[in-house]
Amino acid sequence: MAYSDKVLQYNENPKHVGSLDSNHPHVGNGLVGAPACGDVMKLQIQVNPESKVIETAKFKTYGCGSAIASSALLTEWVIGKTLDEAKEIKNRAIAQALALPPVKLHCSILAEDAIRSAIADYTAKAALREGLAQEASQPGKP
Amino acid sequence: MEKKPIYLDYAATSPLDPSVLDRMLGYLTAEGHFGNAGSRSHWFGWQAEEAVEEARGQVATAIGADPREIFFTSGATESNNLAIKGAAQMYAPRGKHLITVSTEHKAVLDVFRYLETQGYSVTYLVPDAEGLIRVDQIAEVLRPETRLVSVMLVNNEIGVVQPIADIGRLCREKGVLLHVDAAQALGKVPLSVEALQADLLSLSAHKIYGPKGIGALYVRRKPRVRLTPQMHGGGQERGLRSGTLPVHQIVGFGQACQLAVERQPQESLRLQSLKERLWKGMQSLEAVYLNGTQQAQKSVPNILNASFAYVEGESLMMALKGIAVSSGSACTSSSLEPSYVLTALGKPAEVAHSSIRFSLGYYTTESEIDEVNKQLIESVNRLREMSPLWELYQNGVDLKTIQWKP
Repeated sequence: MAYSDKVLQYNENPKHVGSLDSNHPHVGNGLVGAPACGDVMKLQIQVNPESKVIETAKFKTYGCGSAIASSALLTEWVIGKTLDEAKEIKNRAIAQALALPPVKLHCSILAEDAIRSAIADYTAKAALREGLAQEASQPGKP
Repeated sequence: MEKKPIYLDYAATSPLDPSVLDRMLGYLTAEGHFGNAGSRSHWFGWQAEEAVEEARGQVATAIGADPREIFFTSGATESNNLAIKGAAQMYAPRGKHLITVSTEHKAVLDVFRYLETQGYSVTYLVPDAEGLIRVDQIAEVLRPETRLVSVMLVNNEIGVVQPIADIGRLCREKGVLLHVDAAQALGKVPLSVEALQADLLSLSAHKIYGPKGIGALYVRRKPRVRLTPQMHGGGQERGLRSGTLPVHQIVGFGQACQLAVERQPQESLRLQSLKERLWKGMQSLEAVYLNGTQQAQKSVPNILNASFAYVEGESLMMALKGIAVSSGSACTSSSLEPSYVLTALGKPAEVAHSSIRFSLGYYTTESEIDEVNKQLIESVNRLREMSPLWELYQNGVDLKTIQWKP
């Protein structure tokens, strides 16, 4: 199986590897996949709560070269995008950019799942904060 | 010119020994002995036949057999097919139960699966966590209708050596045929069909610095074992395997067998010491586990299968740019299934996904081993830095407690 140059590149020099503070109020944490499947992706996004722009993102992946490349590429793409824009990223685009063979398409799908999972987590956290803020601002509450 | 990677995949295949190529070249062109070994009426045929018989003798000597017990095939896969189907079909009137092991090579397992569709009943024994089968496991499942037991001498993925001599003794006692796939054994451990009490034995040339596309099947004469041929045609190889003999392949195989036997005692020691060097060199890494027993006599000197926890095998192979090895990870198989051998040993999928098989050979040197260890340590550490599982482990999280979203 010959790897595409892009896949090799992302494996040798991935940017944005690392972690953000998962407890930070503006960080959305995505964790998808399973060790038993041989693919686990962790993707964290730090979002500007006003503009909803993903200001920074970090990933870590346990998986094959194509999985690492898919998550690395995705992480690059989401930085600077709004949550809505990031949600629009399709696995097909990742697969095409990396020239993934059919047997590796599932890696790009997992990457898509990862960003959605991170966005969902951020959104839930934000909603919870808003809910608490609203409660606190209501008269008569302790 | 770009430097070639270090080759540590000898269990997959090996390069020709120069003396093997030398031998082979004499049997191809008009200047050489290109005749059909079956042409009994002229000089060209006689020269070819003589070369074939000499090679047959070399193969026979390598396993302590009589030349009349050696039949040339296109390789161990064909030998396995011939042995298993041939025996099952021949002895079917007396019984249609067969026994094998779940960690056999696909060239054995797939044959048994096929026979199941043809009305044979097959028991697949499961080895212990170290990869070994016990004789009493076989004794437990033997029935009056059992006709054949097939157990490989050396496993290609984990290098374990099965107690074939004991199994052979049991089979002889019970009047059941024993087939042994010895493709990975030749040249690595001493081989004697008498000591093993094998009735059928498969051999491969390309694992012992011979050419690909040629192998042999040993078929015992005393007591006589009969097989239903699988290749019909001109009746070559006493009617057991039709097809014009590839003389150049056969002489290459013969030469390779001779070398294998000559070199085996010293090579085994040398490879064992290189394997130990390789294993020691990995010890600075945490969470590295061996797959398959490493007990002396139960592990072949040239194969080391290890799992590097929290790092996936294919990504590790990609990172080991300068090294050629293989992995039990699902990502490296076209079926996307993790190694069935490691799974049969009861290893969790993650262990299979993180596994690498290192198989050493005649051209492996100490400095290559040291270079491998250097690249391995670098790559494992780098991939662990990128691994969410390693991070969780470092933070003391038990991965089994996590709700994964596959």
